[in-house]
Amino acid sequence: MAKKKYLVIDVALCHDCNNCFIACKDEHVMNSWLPYIDEQPRHGHRWMNIERTERGQYPRVSANFLPKPCQHCAEPKCKEAFDESVTVREDGIVLIDAEKAKGNKELLDSCPYDAIWYNEEKGVPQKCTFCAHILDGQAGASICSTRCAHSCPTEAITYHDLDEAEFEKLKAAEGLERYKPEESPDGLVWYKNLYRFTKHFIAGGFLKDGECAEGVKVTLKGVDVPEQTTNYFGDFWFDGLAPGAYTIVADGQDIMDVTLTESVNVGNIAL
Amino acid sequence: MGKIVRKTNSSTGGPVFVDVDVEANGGKGKIVRIYPMDFVDEDPVAWELEARGKTYRPPRKTTYTCYTAGFKAMVHSKRRILYPLKRIGFDVNGDRNVEGRGKWEGGDPLYPGYERISWDEALDIVANEMMRIKREHGPGAIVAEPSSHHMWGNVGYRHSTLFRFMNVAGITYADHNPDSWEGWHWGAIHSWGFTGGLGNPEQWDLFEDCMKHSTMIVFWSSDPETNAGIYSAYESNIRRKWLKEMGIKMVFIDPYFNHTAVLFADKWFSPRIGTDAALAAAIAYVWVTEDLYDKEYVAEKVYGFEEFKAYLLGETDGTPKSSEWGEAETGIPAHDIRALAREWAKNKTQLAAGGLGGWGGACRGPTGMEWTRMMIALAAMQGLGKPGSNMWSTTQGMPTDYYFYFPGYAEGGISGDCDNSAAGITLVNRMFDGINSRPVPSNLNVPQAQFMPRFKIPECWIDGHYEWRGKGFVGAAIEQQFMKYKYPADGYPRFQMYYKYGGPHIGTMGATNRYVKMYNSPLMPMVVFQAIWFEGETQFGDIILPACTNFERWDISEFANCAGYIPASYTQCNSRVISLQMKCVEPEGESKSDYQIFRELSQRLGIEGPFTEGKDELGWVKQLFYATDLPKIITWEKFLEKGYVVVPPNPTRHKSPAFRWFAEGYEQDVPMAGAFRPCDMVQCKTLQTQSGKIELVSNSLKRFDASLVAQGLEPDETRPPLTQYIKPWTGWHYEDTEKYPLAVLSPHPRFSFHTMGDGKDAFMNDIKDHRVRVDGHDYWIIRINTKDAEARGIKEGDLVKAYNDRGAVILAAQVTERVPAGTCHSYESSAEYQPIGKPGESPDRGGCVNILSSSQFIGKHTSGMATEHYRVQVEKWEGGLN
Repeated sequence: MAKKKYLVIDVALCHDCNNCFIACKDEHVMNSWLPYIDEQPRHGHRWMNIERTERGQYPRVSANFLPKPCQHCAEPKCKEAFDESVTVREDGIVLIDAEKAKGNKELLDSCPYDAIWYNEEKGVPQKCTFCAHILDGQAGASICSTRCAHSCPTEAITYHDLDEAEFEKLKAAEGLERYKPEESPDGLVWYKNLYRFTKHFIAGGFLKDGECAEGVKVTLKGVDVPEQTTNYFGDFWFDGLAPGAYTIVADGQDIMDVTLTESVNVGNIAL
Repeated sequence: MGKIVRKTNSSTGGPVFVDVDVEANGGKGKIVRIYPMDFVDEDPVAWELEARGKTYRPPRKTTYTCYTAGFKAMVHSKRRILYPLKRIGFDVNGDRNVEGRGKWEGGDPLYPGYERISWDEALDIVANEMMRIKREHGPGAIVAEPSSHHMWGNVGYRHSTLFRFMNVAGITYADHNPDSWEGWHWGAIHSWGFTGGLGNPEQWDLFEDCMKHSTMIVFWSSDPETNAGIYSAYESNIRRKWLKEMGIKMVFIDPYFNHTAVLFADKWFSPRIGTDAALAAAIAYVWVTEDLYDKEYVAEKVYGFEEFKAYLLGETDGTPKSSEWGEAETGIPAHDIRALAREWAKNKTQLAAGGLGGWGGACRGPTGMEWTRMMIALAAMQGLGKPGSNMWSTTQGMPTDYYFYFPGYAEGGISGDCDNSAAGITLVNRMFDGINSRPVPSNLNVPQAQFMPRFKIPECWIDGHYEWRGKGFVGAAIEQQFMKYKYPADGYPRFQMYYKYGGPHIGTMGATNRYVKMYNSPLMPMVVFQAIWFEGETQFGDIILPACTNFERWDISEFANCAGYIPASYTQCNSRVISLQMKCVEPEGESKSDYQIFRELSQRLGIEGPFTEGKDELGWVKQLFYATDLPKIITWEKFLEKGYVVVPPNPTRHKSPAFRWFAEGYEQDVPMAGAFRPCDMVQCKTLQTQSGKIELVSNSLKRFDASLVAQGLEPDETRPPLTQYIKPWTGWHYEDTEKYPLAVLSPHPRFSFHTMGDGKDAFMNDIKDHRVRVDGHDYWIIRINTKDAEARGIKEGDLVKAYNDRGAVILAAQVTERVPAGTCHSYESSAEYQPIGKPGESPDRGGCVNILSSSQFIGKHTSGMATEHYRVQVEKWEGGLN
């Protein structure tokens, strides 16, 4: 079976160091890799676009980052819109043909991930190439990986060259998901711990007799979640929740109703 | 693309491979890419550690930071100075027209206010003026001042090439204050000595100690994912991952929900800015009142504990430092303070005080001295040095081979200057045979001659007189920092030439409109800049000499090895990696290496022989290679070809966890520490303090107070002998809190190293959390709490003006819950200074927030800066920008 290239991005390991973003610019600014891709403009493009979301309220907050390159969709919307300008290679890499796409700004609108950028100077739409020129050995590089993965110091971004069965195993083991699967359920870029970017939490702390209440059994009504035991600060933290109505239950007692629209720190609750 | 060749180099953000198109630019070369080093099979595995049933080994790769990843854009940048420049209106033989500095009108379109001149003309002007000044004014009238981190490499670093030139040419120095150590330097030294680390604690073998024995880490003003310890990129990230996987509890105390906390915090506390020492006192109070400290250890190892205890209990000042008092002072709930104190005492806890093991933004604030001394008190009360209980920040103390000798840049490189670098410890003895090659000491930049403190450069130039205590990094002895100095020194002339090496001070010092206004002082007749980029202060020079980066010249260095006051700093890295810094490309434009510029000046000054000894930079690199242990593991020829080497393991090395000797009472067995200052020890079993113990009541400060009183002066109320909390002068008790209600935290930056990496038309300006582009201009960021923003009608990305009596800066707002209401966060170290009106008197839209910080010293009798905290008002910017 033909192998495909994959990027696995663990949202829980990303703290926005921007090595991936800068390494991508290092690879593509001032360097033309035609026929793969022409130079990236010095400023303005974000082929690796790191999105930020902050959840919760002081002091129970979570800062989360979603490094978002072209998702290299199995059935790309850009190709659907402009078949001739976009190629899906056998290894899954999606490339824009610099000649055929010349002057086509509409290509940008076809992407549900806003991952295509327009190079005004060259008059061409551009995006992440999955460093195909490096992986194909055409770049005089001594690495065999994408620059973003190679530069990542926390292993939040890892590069994989796998056949389908191997990838399915990895996907199941790591709970990998596509970002906005409704737009494109399959492709080369997959996320772990995506809930940190797309879902919400309910967090708080319990007090007993004016002291942090350690060891309280806490659960939520309204969703099937494992019971938690408060830590030495009396804290609990339920993450990965969809918007909805929940009740916080402590040691079997209903404590508080929460209508969740976005992540919430319910504060310190005296038992 | 032409022929691509892989070369090696290094930086403040790690060693790198550099792919170079050697045929580009007519054979001058072009950097294609810069990336971390993957090791190959022949590169050794530096260590192996068994801990809690698992075996750990170092990764087979180095890490780097974004400002190293993006260095290409700083080498090939339109902000480079391409040829020598002379300020329009400056006549070295006539009217100097000092009021013209900062006018920036007419002239070269690339460099407004300047005209292009030849190298010959530029060097003739500078050299002739140097000779005239020496003849007409006498010694000590030319003063040089570099930036902290001009470039990387043992040969090209300021302690090396610059000091060799300065000392040969008769130039004195504007001393650097230890801007990352301040509280440890001026405070902690009086609690435990460690002058060899400027008050920072030793860190030997603490990785193993933590991996095997600890169950909790308290990160206090510690953000290694941002500051890397120093120079070690992301080497320590994997350790925190390992420790987290083991179930080690991690608590973070920092006004900002920092980037290490983002990944690892179980709990985050944000004390009101400047109240960290109060939080520490409240924790100690819980331990004392609930009997949760190591009484035996304290009785034996701590001096002045009874007085400290009486202070905690309120017996001396009527205020018990209870958790309720702590809550009132710090804003952290009393129940949380108690829970933290109890859990800390219950566990074997590493106190990560600062990001290096020492340091931390809290030490750079107005209460930095009290904070560091409190950190020592807490660590002592929990048996500092017993297995698992120590002061370690996860960044140093890796078990690589400490006995393999390779110097850090602070060891002076080619200067051999034993007064102003750490050359005298080892390197000078191995580098110079004294016959064919000689070190060059200074007869000016010494305590017995004339120099000035960096933080008071404007006072010296504007007022023409200044007095202070302490010369630069004061590390020879505890008491040396009490020494008094003045400018001009008796019998010495006033400064006539300011030779500036890089231009970052407006972004990095305090109350920095001072540094702008200084350039129009009639007492400052000539300013020479030797700089790479046209930015910051460089735009105020009379003559500008274009220098190049370390990617355009030869050098040699080790990953994160500065040595000097951070002994064995390479133990931050998972493997010791030493690299040849190859000349990857020819210098941009007409720029030259610092060494080459000094060489050509030395020719004109008639001192080329003693400066160069006939060597070029590669010649010095080779001499330094043979002064190290490198020849034991690699030949010069192979090193030239391969470009790097990984130091092999030393499995029989004696392991000596920091402070274990102290806790268990045997003679120091750690490398260097005791041997370094045996004169201060008694039998090498004790600390450097007078009592040999950890002094919560400091004998050195008692002696200092006594000497003040003997002179009819007041004892130093800003640094009393007893370890205690002092309300910060930038805190919520003081300054004009109604006028300036927001307290700002300004730590060392994340996406640049000081100013290196910022501005310069570099890629880093595009980082969303670094600068924000509004109408084509990249604004520096201030982080402001949701409530404070809402009250001011400020939304994410809005331009705002932050201001106080010292000035105003226009910034982009980031609205966040990562600071509590009342607290703002904005990194220091903007490289850009772009006043919208008269320089020094109008708002800056470059982002130099240090315009807003204070020029007050950290303590009345110190010369340390305290710029981490200051108060401002913030309002939406409605003014025009053009």
